[in-house]
Amino acid sequence: MTPVLALSGVTRRFGPIAVLHGVDFDLRPGEVHALIGENGAGKSTMMKIMAGFLSPSEGTVMVDGAPAAFADHRAAEDAGIVMIHQEFNLAAPLSVEENIFLGREMRRGPFLDRRAMQAESRRLLERLDCPLDPRRRIADISVPNRQMVEIAKALGRSARVLIMDEPTAVLTTRETETLLVQIDRLRAAGTAILYTSHKLGEVKAIADRVTVLRDGRKVLEAPAADLTEDQMAEAMVGRDLTDLYPAKGPGGADVVLSVSSLTVPGHVEDASFTLKRGEVLGFAGLVGSGRTELMEGVVGLRPSTGRVEINGRALKRGDVLAAREAGLVYLTEDRKEKGLLLGKSLAENLTLLALDKFSGLTIDTKAEATALTDAIAEFDIRAKDRLMRAGNLSGGNQQKLLLAKTMLAEPDIVIIDEPTRGIDIGTKQQIYTFIRRLADAGKSVIVISSEMPEVIGLADRVVVMQAGRIAGEVTGEAIGEAAIVRLAMGLGPAGGHPAGPVHTTKGGDLKEAPAP
Amino acid sequence: MNDTASSGRTFRLDLHVLGPLLALIALVLIGASINDNFLSAGNITNVLARSAFIGIIAVGMTFVITAGGIDLSVGSMAAFVAGVVILTMNALIPALGVSWLTIVAGMLTAIAAGLLAGLLNGVLIAKVGIEAFIVTLGTMGIYRSLVTWLADGGTLSLDYALRTLYRPVYYGGIWGVAWPIIVFALVAVIGEIVMRRTPFGRHCAALGANEQVARYSAVKVDRTRILTYVLLGFLVGIAVIMYVPRLGSASASTGVLWELEAIAAVIIGGTVLKGGFGRVWGTVVGVLILSLIDNILNLASMVSPYLNGAIQGVIVILAVVLQREKKAAD
Repeated sequence: MTPVLALSGVTRRFGPIAVLHGVDFDLRPGEVHALIGENGAGKSTMMKIMAGFLSPSEGTVMVDGAPAAFADHRAAEDAGIVMIHQEFNLAAPLSVEENIFLGREMRRGPFLDRRAMQAESRRLLERLDCPLDPRRRIADISVPNRQMVEIAKALGRSARVLIMDEPTAVLTTRETETLLVQIDRLRAAGTAILYTSHKLGEVKAIADRVTVLRDGRKVLEAPAADLTEDQMAEAMVGRDLTDLYPAKGPGGADVVLSVSSLTVPGHVEDASFTLKRGEVLGFAGLVGSGRTELMEGVVGLRPSTGRVEINGRALKRGDVLAAREAGLVYLTEDRKEKGLLLGKSLAENLTLLALDKFSGLTIDTKAEATALTDAIAEFDIRAKDRLMRAGNLSGGNQQKLLLAKTMLAEPDIVIIDEPTRGIDIGTKQQIYTFIRRLADAGKSVIVISSEMPEVIGLADRVVVMQAGRIAGEVTGEAIGEAAIVRLAMGLGPAGGHPAGPVHTTKGGDLKEAPAP
Repeated sequence: MNDTASSGRTFRLDLHVLGPLLALIALVLIGASINDNFLSAGNITNVLARSAFIGIIAVGMTFVITAGGIDLSVGSMAAFVAGVVILTMNALIPALGVSWLTIVAGMLTAIAAGLLAGLLNGVLIAKVGIEAFIVTLGTMGIYRSLVTWLADGGTLSLDYALRTLYRPVYYGGIWGVAWPIIVFALVAVIGEIVMRRTPFGRHCAALGANEQVARYSAVKVDRTRILTYVLLGFLVGIAVIMYVPRLGSASASTGVLWELEAIAAVIIGGTVLKGGFGRVWGTVVGVLILSLIDNILNLASMVSPYLNGAIQGVIVILAVVLQREKKAAD
C-alpha cells in the first residue's frame, strides 16, 4: 500500500544545530503509527515538518508517493493533513460549532448559516461518539471534550492524516480510554494516525507500528506487537532502565505538617492529613477530585478555612510568602502558565521565588549567576546557552528549572503537583531520584500524581481523594493499584463499607462538576 | 532580558536596544546643523527643564506599564495636585507668612496628594479588580473636573510674593544646572537602579509578564501593583513641586495630554506596552526625543511647529513597529 504521508532522508537544522538527521518515516492509511522518544529527541520538529509548519532542510516529504513541498500548514491541511497540538488551538469564548467552522464558515448569502453548521457539527461529533451540544462554549466543556472538538474540526476539514501530539497528556485514565476507542474507530475508517505519547502502555495498546527517535535519529521501527514497553523505553533512552523508582525510605518520624478540617469553597470539604519528616506522601485521585485545590489552599494560593500547622505552629492563611518563610512551598502542575516566566531568562526564573536571598537593597546578580551555574549542574538542566529564555527549554528541562527554583527557597516541606507531566522517561527517573534524595535528607515531600505507577513506586504512604474529600489512606505494603482505585472511586477500603457516594459510572465527569 | 544570545539576530537586537539612542543622536545632529543656538547652554537648559515634568512622571509610568498596567490620569492628577498645592499655600500665608515654611508645607501637600491619588488608583485596580484603563479613565475625568471646579472655570494663582520666593525652585540651580534637571536626573538614575537591580523592579516585570507565575512565586502581587501606582503618584507630586514655581498657577488646561506624552515616551524607550519588560533609561531617551522634536521644529523654519504632534505620532508608531520586528525575529 502506498503510504499516504512519508518522509525520506529528512534533515532539519536550526542555525548550525541539526535536530533531525536523515529520517525516513511512513504512515499508511488505516494505521496508528506511534512516534516516541525523549523530550528533545526531535518528535515535535518531525511532526511540524509533516504538518507543514516547518520545511525540511534536506530530504523530501511525500504525499501519496509524490514529493510535496508545503508552503505552510494550510497547504498541508488542503492535502488532508491536520496536526492536533498539545495546547489546543481553540477559541475558548466561542462555541463548539464556531470553533469547528472557524475560518471556513458556511454562509447563506451574506449571513452565517448557523443551522447547517450546527447540524454538521453534531454529525461530526456523533461520528466520534461524543454527544456534545455544538452551542456550548469551549470554556465550559471538559478537556477531553475539547480534544474531541479538535478532532471533529480536523475531520470537518476532511483530514486523511491526523497528527496527534501527546493527546492524552492531560487526560485521566478513563478519558484516555474513551479517546483510544475513538482513535480505533478513525483507524477503521481508513484515517492514518501519527500518535505521540510518553505513556508506553497506551502506545502498546493502540499502535500498529512504533518508531523511536533518539537525538534526532530513527533508532527503531517495529510492529508494536513485537515490542515490550521496556524495549521501547530502552530504545528511547539508550540505556537500561530497570530501576525507574529509587528504593523507598523508612517513612517518617515526627509530624512536620498537620492540616485539619481544611475547606476550599467549591473544591475541597473538610480535609485533614499529616506529613512526617523524611516522608514521601502521595496524593492520588481522579483529576478534579480536589488534590491541586487542597494543596493550593494549604499554601495560601486559594482562600480556605481550617487549620494548617508547621512544626506545631499555626500558619497564616492566604499568604504564600508566609508559607515559604515557614519552609513550605508548592510546585505547580502548570509550569507554562503558573510556574515559569517563559519570556524571561533562566536566572530571573530561578531566583524569583527566593529573590530576597539574593538581595539586600539591590539584587546581587553575581550570586544569581553562581546560583544558575549550580542549578544547571545539580539538576542537569540542558540549556543551549545560559542567557536563553525559559520558554525555549524543552519540557523536561523546564521542569528541572522549576524544581531548582523551588529548591532555592530551601524548603523543608515541598508539595510537587504532577512532577513528571509531559516528561520523558529518562528525566522522570532523575526527578524520582531527586525526590527520594530530598526525603532521605530529612525534608518532607508531598507528590500529587495522576499516574498510578508513579504514586505506587514513589510514595511511602498514599492519601486518596475523591470528590473533594479525603477518601482514605494506604500505607506501606498495602499501596497498590486496586486499593487506590477503590478509594478514588468512592468504594471505601477493600472489604469495608462505601466511604461516600458511589461515582463509579461517572468518574470521568468529575472534572466538569466538581463536588461538593 | 538582554537576549543578545543566540546567533543570527545580534544585529537586529542591538538595533532594538540602540534604536532610541541612535534616534536621539540623529536629532541632536539635525538640531545642531539647523540652528547654531541649538547647542547653546540656554537652549539645552530650556529643553531639559521643560522635559523634567513629563520625564519625572514617565519614569513612574515605566513601572506601571512594566507591571502590566496603565495610568491615564496623571495629567489631570498633576493639574489637581497643583491646584490643591496652590490653595493650601495661599491659605497658609496668614499663619506661616510668606516663608519657606509655607513652601515646604506646600511641597509636602503635593507629595501627600500624589501618594493618595496613586493609592486610590492602585487600590481600585488591584483590590477592587477593575481594569486599569477604566479606573484611570475615570479618575482622569474626576481630577480634571475637580481642578476646574476649584478654579471655578478660571485659573488658580499662587500669592505673588510667595511665587517670587518659590521661583528659584524652577529657575534656579547649582553649578549652572537648573533644579528641575537635577531632580529629573536623580529620579531617572534611582528609577533605573530600582528597575534593574531591586526585587521591586524584578517583581514588576514578573507581574507584567505573567501575574499567575508571580503569585505562585510568592510575590505579593496586589501590593506590588498598588506600589507602582503609588510610586507614580509620588512622582506626579514631585513633578508638581517643580511645576508650580514655573507659572505659579493651575487651571483646567494644566497638564493636558501629559499622560499620553508620558506613555509615548515609555513606549519609544522600548518598554513593552503590555508589560513584562521595562527600562527606565529608555524612557528618559524617549522623553528627550519628544522634547527635541518640539524644540527643533520651533528653531527651524522649514516645518511648521504645528506639525509637532504629527511627527511625535509617527515616532511612537515606528517605535512599536520596531518592537514587533524584534518579536518576529525570535
